[in-house]
Amino acid sequence: MSTVSRKILVISFAMLMVLIGVMILGLSMGSAEKGVIPFLRAIFRIGELDPLLVTIIWEIRFPRVIVAALVGATLSLGGLVFQALLRNPLAEPYILGISGGSAIGAIIGILMGLARFPGVSILAFIGGMGTLILVLFIATGKTLLKKEALLLSGVMVNAFCSAVIMFLISLTQDARIHNIMFWLMGDLSAAGKTEALMIAAMVLPCFVVIFWLSNSMNLLLMGKEMAHSMGVNVRLVSVTLLVLTSFMVSATVSSCGLVAFVGLVIPHLFRLLIGADHRVLVPACLFGGGGYLVLCDLLARTLPQHGEMPAGVITAMVGAPVFIILLKRTG
Amino acid sequence: MAFSVEIKNLSYAYEDLQVLEDLSFSVNKGEFFVVIGPNGSGKTTLVKLIAGLLRPKRSEVRIMGEDIRSYGRKSLARQIAFVPQNVPLDFPFTVSDVVLFGRAPHLGTFGLESENDIKLADQAMAFTEVDHLARRRMDQLSGGERQRVFIARAICQEPEIIILDEPTAALDIAHQMRIMDLMEKMKQEKSITAIMVSHDINLAAMYADTLLLLKNGRLFKWGPPDEILSYETLEPVYGCPLLVDESPLGRLPRVTPVPGRYIKEGYRV
Repeated sequence: MSTVSRKILVISFAMLMVLIGVMILGLSMGSAEKGVIPFLRAIFRIGELDPLLVTIIWEIRFPRVIVAALVGATLSLGGLVFQALLRNPLAEPYILGISGGSAIGAIIGILMGLARFPGVSILAFIGGMGTLILVLFIATGKTLLKKEALLLSGVMVNAFCSAVIMFLISLTQDARIHNIMFWLMGDLSAAGKTEALMIAAMVLPCFVVIFWLSNSMNLLLMGKEMAHSMGVNVRLVSVTLLVLTSFMVSATVSSCGLVAFVGLVIPHLFRLLIGADHRVLVPACLFGGGGYLVLCDLLARTLPQHGEMPAGVITAMVGAPVFIILLKRTG
Repeated sequence: MAFSVEIKNLSYAYEDLQVLEDLSFSVNKGEFFVVIGPNGSGKTTLVKLIAGLLRPKRSEVRIMGEDIRSYGRKSLARQIAFVPQNVPLDFPFTVSDVVLFGRAPHLGTFGLESENDIKLADQAMAFTEVDHLARRRMDQLSGGERQRVFIARAICQEPEIIILDEPTAALDIAHQMRIMDLMEKMKQEKSITAIMVSHDINLAAMYADTLLLLKNGRLFKWGPPDEILSYETLEPVYGCPLLVDESPLGRLPRVTPVPGRYIKEGYRV
């Protein structure tokens, strides 16, 4: 076995173990009953079962943990792809205007009094894909998909959307503003079984294709000319990656809002730790990013005495200091 | 089939800007072929066309006897390796990562290398004397070391032809000679055809089998260095006074540009 395949297997296995570990933790803890022991008893049907706990674990916590893992994986992978494709360390999964468009859609849905699912989700998804198409259209001219043009169009569209968002918020005065703020910070509290299934169906195929293209991403990082001269179809690979990534990010944003920071920091973290080979980075980001969001969501719903806070608050509060420490130590 | 590259009536334009006009020449197998000419004369465009990075409008480029447009991306990449002028190095790849990338045209899309690929990469690194740097990151290398890594990557691609766009630019004299010696060794030991763009006429004169002189997108003259390098040929192309004599190494032309003050003072050329 070559060193690369060994590295892929070892790191994927390690991160998968971490993911499974935090998922078990996520299933065990909650406001109803805490602790790994009751959870294990409920799973393996040992002793007397509390039917309420079983229902809570499988009907409430399980879909939520799955959604957190999928969203964390999608955002980390999205950040990884955009940072590579746009060659910009500040790129994050929302950079092509997805956040602004989805937010406008979601806020309109919330203001119309629609349910989080499917009403708000569908409007957010439409908003996200709409801005993506707009950005691609703006950036496509004589020079197809130049990275500066893409970045600038994304930033401009997002800036415009922010203005619309603030305008909509300033018109709102009742309790719906609380819903809007939670959505904007990223919040997994509405995640149910149907949503978990829908997100999985949309993002898992994207994961497979992106993993398959991971070596082409490596070659693209050596510059378009060198990639081309090594047999990479530069345009096809770039466009496929852009569209797939934006699609899967939109799918997660539409149900969980704008979970901040995961997509920016997880790819950097792994690049610092394991190097720049995307064949290793893609699985590491999938499992590691998934685990990170499961953990942050766990903290978001167990730390506050009453109710919960948006998971996006924790992702940045924990992630930023950890990243700075790592950067100082390795840089 | 004795030619690795054949060019017939090649013209190329970027939109309405005509860059190359009606070039015809051929490159022998195993030859060290250097393209020279002033800035903007179309050198880089020419080698990009040969490398398949730009597409000619009609069938004007033949690689190893076949029309370049009949090759697929990967099959062309197994014939030609390209070392560009600028390679971005903002991602922390190691030297052995980069050299192994050269195997990509021989692998599937996912690009998992076998033991044999790793052995070829090790051999390529030893050939260009960068094996001791294998685990270093690319951004920690000097300019000369980087260039040798990119040449190792090209060799690892196992091509028939390697195309280099000014590989010695921005290197000091010792490193320039080291790269050129390496190209000569590559020609002798691996009989790979090398096509190189160079600004350094003297360096080209010392190593090239054939020189091709471009002027404003047209082929001015091509042939062995001692036929091309005369002041009658070079002065009209470069538009400055040049002295050509024999190098102290013997039987090699040496080109000396003349500083303006000699001309002002009426120094007789």
